Amino acid sequence: MARSPRRDFLRTVGGLGAFAVSAEMLWRAPRAFSQQADPILAGRPLVRYPEKTDLILMTSRPPQLETPMTYFDRAITPNEAFFVRYHTFPVPTGVDLGTWRLRVTGLVERPLELSFEDLKTRFPKAAVTAVTQCAGNSRGRFSPRVLGGEWGDGAMGNAEWVGARLRDLLAAAGVRQGAVQATFEGLDKPAFPSVPHFVKSLDLRRIMEDPDVIVAYQMNGRELPMLNGFPARLVVPGWYATYWVKNLSEIAVVDHVFEKFWMKPAYRIPDTPCGCVEPGTAPKSTVPIHRMTVRSFIVAPPSGARVAAGRPVALKGIAFDGGYGVREVQVSDDGGATWRRAQLGPDLGRCSFREWSAVWTPPGAGDYTLMVRALNAIGESQGSEPLWNPAGYLRNVVEHCGVHAG
Amino acid sequence: MRRTLVLAALVTALPLTAAAQTKAITLPPDHAYGDLTPGPGVEVAQRACRSCHSTDYIVMQPRGDAKQWEAVVTKMIKVFGASISDEDAKAIVRYLSTAYGK
Repeated sequence: MARSPRRDFLRTVGGLGAFAVSAEMLWRAPRAFSQQADPILAGRPLVRYPEKTDLILMTSRPPQLETPMTYFDRAITPNEAFFVRYHTFPVPTGVDLGTWRLRVTGLVERPLELSFEDLKTRFPKAAVTAVTQCAGNSRGRFSPRVLGGEWGDGAMGNAEWVGARLRDLLAAAGVRQGAVQATFEGLDKPAFPSVPHFVKSLDLRRIMEDPDVIVAYQMNGRELPMLNGFPARLVVPGWYATYWVKNLSEIAVVDHVFEKFWMKPAYRIPDTPCGCVEPGTAPKSTVPIHRMTVRSFIVAPPSGARVAAGRPVALKGIAFDGGYGVREVQVSDDGGATWRRAQLGPDLGRCSFREWSAVWTPPGAGDYTLMVRALNAIGESQGSEPLWNPAGYLRNVVEHCGVHAG
Repeated sequence: MRRTLVLAALVTALPLTAAAQTKAITLPPDHAYGDLTPGPGVEVAQRACRSCHSTDYIVMQPRGDAKQWEAVVTKMIKVFGASISDEDAKAIVRYLSTAYGK
């Protein structure tokens, strides 16, 4: 541990000298690799929704759009490319800030009705760079397969969020004795009353202990896109996106553990240390999903790329975890038999994507399986075999990337 | 036709300025990617499913037998309150386990 990552990196790439050649010059991507090479995304069209760029369609109504992997070659995911996930239809398509209010209600001394201006001016501004990832990201890769949103790996994104601390809002309202949780709901209201309304909850302790739990009104320096939660959304760094309620309209303090549909039976994981069970079996008991597992991805070269044998190839990608911070990223070019340390990019905070890079020279012509794994600050890492649970959550197996050197 | 509608959707996304207090977007219609495979019962399935969601929800699922699809249809009725008669539910399960069967 005394060695610096920089020194290790130099050792790793020993003798190759400085690289002024860009990664793009060193590999040639096969045409349309982003979808065709990935069986779970095959046939899915690229679509362009308001305020968004071309994203991979999962469903039209409600809209669920996936970010192409090419955007994860950098730590910050552009607003336009950020994934979209709603649960019910219709989704909010318009907000008038003249009438929009965020209500803080329930077990409080002074219920609040905050305007957008109130939210921005009455509370200290807090900023956090944090990943949000759908609980079911990569569900399409589960074996045996499970039903649900059949995502590839692009239901994740990282942004700098600016907003008001949730605990400051609650302090202004004055939480009364006996309060246990707060519930959160947005402007999305199902067309039929029989459809469970999307309401989530967090323990008050989770909110009060973490100054980075904020109500964000800014994303990467701009207003939030409508489909990412305009005018404000909850940001719960380190935890899955299901808690990051979009188009936020009401916060209610309650005296019990809230267990309506989207907290129970939805979004539950097996109550086991790994959050997993024997594939194909049902858990004995479950708990609400919460902290994200450690993940890392190779973004360049893309899977299926052809590279030149004997010439250096720039490998890069991102890694993240559930809020402790990435300590180390390692890569392998021999299917996991040997590993070497990658260089880490700038540290944007413990809840952010961390860029990594390494230079790899394929020693000869042939097919190679590149792999990447990350280690976080508390020693958690990724397994070589995927874990399984019936809802298709928490996926974090070591990722593979097949390339051909010729 | 769809192209025109998508373009129309794009231009209605209003930029928010200090003066503009409103944001409004228009969503495109269901994409043809989610269209169901033709077959006996497809009309019933389309009518019932599309009253709440686009059918790409079906198209993207792993293929499955009648048991899988019966569980799905039952969930839509019992959990999400879909208004589907017993007869239609049976027809939908038959359709799905044929068109999207193993």
